[in-house]
Amino acid sequence: MAYSDKVRGTYNGTLQALKDKGIFKQERFIHSSQAADIEVEFPTGASLKKVINMCANNYLGLSSHPDVVKAAHEGLDARGYGMSSVRFICGTQDIHRELENKVTEFLGTEDTILFPSCMDANAGVFEAILTDEDVMISDRLVHASIIDGMRLCGALHDTFKHSNMKHLETKLQLHADKRLKVVITDGVFSMDGDTAKLDEMVALCEKYDAMLFVDESHSSGFIGKTGRGTHEKCGVFGKIDIITTTFGKALGGASGGCVSGRKEIVEMCRQKARPYLFSNTIAPVVVAGVNRVLDILSKSTERRDKLEKNTEFWRQGLLDAGFVLQPGDTPIVPVMLFNAKLSQDFSRDLYDEGIYAIGFFFPVVPNGAARIRTQISAGHEIHHLEKALAAFKKVGEKYGILGKTKQEIIEMYGL
Amino acid sequence: MEDMKDIVLEYVIEEYLEDEDEVLTYDSPLISGGIVDSFSMVSLKRFLENKYNITLPDDKATPEAFDTVNNIVALVNEFLK
Repeated sequence: MAYSDKVRGTYNGTLQALKDKGIFKQERFIHSSQAADIEVEFPTGASLKKVINMCANNYLGLSSHPDVVKAAHEGLDARGYGMSSVRFICGTQDIHRELENKVTEFLGTEDTILFPSCMDANAGVFEAILTDEDVMISDRLVHASIIDGMRLCGALHDTFKHSNMKHLETKLQLHADKRLKVVITDGVFSMDGDTAKLDEMVALCEKYDAMLFVDESHSSGFIGKTGRGTHEKCGVFGKIDIITTTFGKALGGASGGCVSGRKEIVEMCRQKARPYLFSNTIAPVVVAGVNRVLDILSKSTERRDKLEKNTEFWRQGLLDAGFVLQPGDTPIVPVMLFNAKLSQDFSRDLYDEGIYAIGFFFPVVPNGAARIRTQISAGHEIHHLEKALAAFKKVGEKYGILGKTKQEIIEMYGL
Repeated sequence: MEDMKDIVLEYVIEEYLEDEDEVLTYDSPLISGGIVDSFSMVSLKRFLENKYNITLPDDKATPEAFDTVNNIVALVNEFLK
């Protein structure tokens, strides 16, 4: 037996170290569909507790929408359960191409290719389109999946300070000699909920002959007046060269992702992207669901409009109560607590009050920037948000942080 | 020599520090101290190559060689000779 006591001891030591540092992750079992109201078993073996979910990426409340569920059932009946093949052998159905065309139209691009996830899209795209003659210049706060994708690519990699356009310009000048240049950013940044300055980035990319890559996972479906994304909000719809996004958040929340953009880029991915070539794509049942989601969103902006109103209500309610928030206007609303232990204690007390919201701390966010990240949904009704606000105020009072500044909270609890 | 140290230190502060109050010295650990990550090291390498008109081979541009301003200056001087 090769799995010796030494091997087991090595892993157990590593896992114990995670526990000792307080960063050991545990799943909480949800015994209901994904929605604003969920039933949770936590800790494992505890009786079920009804709580309001304030931390799902279910921005449009479509994860359990009856029309989407119905479409998925119909897709299952009409096209079966699995494909048992990668796309280019015998794993492409008509509905896969239908979805690619719908995404292309929705995002305002030239073509789209599906991936098993956006993580896979980000892992595959850079290696497929760049060589060691090229350069990738990324915002320092891009998502981990983009960082992994860049690591898999032989092109030179440099970074610019978060949303700092002056710094980006110096990098574009520094790397002017490279064959191809790609500027890389998230549309909405997942931890802070702030939005990339895509209008300025497009202008800089045009000036310095660079392509622009935007991960729209926390934007597609609800940012911009018709929910097309950050590029719509910034007035540069149709001008983004490469968009990656997920169907695992606002767009139904199941799974899957894509690269959408210039047709040559998409074709390069079809020929060379390894997660596309060596993995099954999205199952027919999910494709059918996402197709219906895009139909719903193309017909009406009702859900993103409701999300916008809910977000305004929630953000204002927290500010009026005296919390310190990260500034912004997206449904990602981080309540800043700064101290890691305080974020965990606060989250636990919220749970006792029937509110499910997770505390994040280093290394997920910078040291001294611990927070409760709340995420608003069109599936929330005002009574959900009022109950959540009451709980936040009660717990905030307990810890004496209401009306306190960042500096005062740090003085009370440390970093 | 002092001039080059100051130029490199100023570049590192401008390029990598977000907090203006943070203090860096010629011996502050840049890579091992988490101030410069392996990705961001690229711009420092390119800055040095452009500024001093040298080429730093990848096998010489190691995290150890880039870990302090003093180390960096020693490396650059090696290629200026």
